[in-house]
Amino acid sequence: MTRIGLKAGARKKRRLYFLLTSITVLGLGVLLVLSALEDSIRLFYDPTEIVERNIGPGQNFRLGGLVEEDSFASRENAGILINHFVVTDGNESVAVTYEGLLPDLFREGQGIVAEGAMNEDGVFVASEVLAKHDETYMPKEVVDSLKKRGEWQRRTAETQQKDDAL
Amino acid sequence: MIAELGHYFLVLALGLAVIQAIFPMIGAAQGSARMMMLGQPAAYGQFFFSLLAFLALTYSYLISDFSVAVIARNSHSLKPLLYKISGVWGNHEGSLLFWVMFLALFGAMVAYFGRGLPKSLRARVLSVQAMVGIGFYLFMLLTSNPFDRLADVPFEGNGLNPLLQDPGLVFHPPFLYLGYVGLSVVFSFAIAALIEGRVDPAWARWVRPWTLLAWVFLTIGIVLGSWWAYYELGWGGWWAWDPVENASFMPWLVATALLHSAIVVEKRDTLKSWTILLAIIAFSFSLLGTFIVRSGIITSVHAFATDPERGLYILVFLALVIGGSLLLFAIRSDKLQAGGLFAPISRESGLMINNLFLSVATAVVLYGTMHPLLSDAFFGVKSSVGAPFFNLVFSLLMIPLVVTMVYGPHLKWKRADIKGINQRLMAVTGIALLAGLMTFYATYGGAIMPAVWIGIGVWLLLSSLQELSNRIKLFQVPFKDSMSRLRRQPRSSWGMTLGHFGFAVGLLGIVGTSAWTIEAQKVMGLGEDMTIGDYRLTLKDVIPVAGPNYTAVRGIISVSPKNAEENGKSFMAYPETRTYVSSPITTTEGDVKTTMAGDLFVVIGESQGQGRWGIRAYYKPMQVWFWIGTTIVVLGGLISLSDRRYRIGTPQRQKASRKVKHAP
Repeated sequence: MTRIGLKAGARKKRRLYFLLTSITVLGLGVLLVLSALEDSIRLFYDPTEIVERNIGPGQNFRLGGLVEEDSFASRENAGILINHFVVTDGNESVAVTYEGLLPDLFREGQGIVAEGAMNEDGVFVASEVLAKHDETYMPKEVVDSLKKRGEWQRRTAETQQKDDAL
Repeated sequence: MIAELGHYFLVLALGLAVIQAIFPMIGAAQGSARMMMLGQPAAYGQFFFSLLAFLALTYSYLISDFSVAVIARNSHSLKPLLYKISGVWGNHEGSLLFWVMFLALFGAMVAYFGRGLPKSLRARVLSVQAMVGIGFYLFMLLTSNPFDRLADVPFEGNGLNPLLQDPGLVFHPPFLYLGYVGLSVVFSFAIAALIEGRVDPAWARWVRPWTLLAWVFLTIGIVLGSWWAYYELGWGGWWAWDPVENASFMPWLVATALLHSAIVVEKRDTLKSWTILLAIIAFSFSLLGTFIVRSGIITSVHAFATDPERGLYILVFLALVIGGSLLLFAIRSDKLQAGGLFAPISRESGLMINNLFLSVATAVVLYGTMHPLLSDAFFGVKSSVGAPFFNLVFSLLMIPLVVTMVYGPHLKWKRADIKGINQRLMAVTGIALLAGLMTFYATYGGAIMPAVWIGIGVWLLLSSLQELSNRIKLFQVPFKDSMSRLRRQPRSSWGMTLGHFGFAVGLLGIVGTSAWTIEAQKVMGLGEDMTIGDYRLTLKDVIPVAGPNYTAVRGIISVSPKNAEENGKSFMAYPETRTYVSSPITTTEGDVKTTMAGDLFVVIGESQGQGRWGIRAYYKPMQVWFWIGTTIVVLGGLISLSDRRYRIGTPQRQKASRKVKHAP
């Protein structure tokens, strides 16, 4: 009897240890997550939201949209490529500059996501242009944004018309 | 015709799965041997027909039958043979068929090799396995039929994304899927054990090889994926904490925990309900990974809106499987009797702490992955959680885990003496400290964490060797005796040693490449040069090249030491940019020169006009250590899998021995 009682007591004690350790570890984990999360969340805006929310300089975010046709120009400065282009959601558009080589998927008319911030002149200075490799060649966030702005429907209708004309 | 046959086989497989799900379960409950016996032939038949369906789809791909919708969408008649075959599982519908075919295969394997299992347990395992299968068959037949025909047959297919046309990616998804499906067997065993109300060391011995098998496949799949990202995508990275990557990483983390907790069940007959819970969670993550990656739900809630039928089905299926099994767990887990006791410092505790940190790590990855989805769904805020979050949290969380890995294997079951271990590890700890300090000195002014991590990596590396040498009593007995002890080590303990050693090697690689990578880029004409690290790259020539289904430009770049007076060998690099016939996009084929010290990765971009080209280069220190380390880990897993005790089917239920033999 006593032996069994002892065993049960030891088991309770063990459980308590385990619980305490778990709670401590989990608590530390939560703290860690929250503090790390604050700095590394990147909000996503499309050009219309930049205008609506009046996003100014100093805030890092992700910009997504289509590269406007005939808007791309680049020049070389001592071996470094400086690119200018316009990103649009069909409703509003924003000028972008990026220093460096662009990813393979970058084309006029193609959807892109870029990370960076606005400068004083209202130009988005990209620190990184993300090469989103998607089976449909279009970043998901951009698709959603285009749908919201009605640009998607317009483009689909256009291709439909082209197909019908053929 | 072949496609219709495939469709028909799929329906037949579903029918057999229904039989396999119902009768053995009823039979096990009523003790009817005849009904339980139905499980085996049903399992064989179900596999047979799902294999035929899979072959039918493969055949349709091979002959480029563009009247089948998935083939028209994803294939092209000019595609090389290998990619026609890999196209079968390179899309949503085909990958599901691939999945369910292996689900049926594993079910058939349980039926065949499980002859040593108690009849009722085998019947229940087969039944649960079939229930999961039914979910998949119905999902395919109702919402994602791979054999759907097109009314207007196109002359040519859309082609497979050229980025996916790479040997690394031919084998990446199948290995991942094999891992996911392998966990389904573990899940079935867990559910069956809950219904039986019985978990004992023999149960753990059956579950362990399946866990190990699934884990090895998952590891291979994940590593192949990063290998592909590294060589094919050309951004010099191999892991980006992308939702798709995380979806495969989470089941791996849980499977790793499960692998270790199953040892405790087997050796000490305790931690039972925890192990069952892990088995359920591991498979839940597999399902989540399978569905979410292909349906794009994680990146966007709106994927539900575009395809409400599939989205709804997935939600209901996940809710049924995960919710149902957790409910069952809640009701039945108290039936599982707790076993042996152990002290706070013991092998058991070590494995428990390992499980604790792996679980927290999984929770962190899950939270980081789901955060954008949740904030979009509840607050309409679109956001993404960047790699810095995961890197920071992981690099801190992994420290206690690795410390546990250093001590764990040295700990004895039940009660261990930490002072003795510290003494034994003294030399190893000293060398590790020295390695950390030297790194700190060499990179003075840089970040501190990499130096800490190098120290920890070296510590783990040496301590795993030390543990092996303790076991074979190296330098304590004559060398010849040590060698014969080495030969007699059980394979499962080789698995542990290689697993931990390989992990340490890979860890050092991760530290090197993520802490000290350098990048340089320049637009150059012929004859111009640029420098990166200790190298000087000179663009000699750019020539056009033709491939089977692409055209390419190839850069001819000579690489020499930065300082001309230095005596280093120079060599050539030939990076390419490919443009595919069937698709509007181009891909880069970087040229990588690998040494143990680091990889030089050279990429040529598109022409900038006037005979000028953009060249990008990365120097990634110790990158190859990661590939070597993970290979060793996989090797360890395979060797452990070949241990006679765990060979699938071998174990017989025997009275759980209370005596603990010498720890492997």
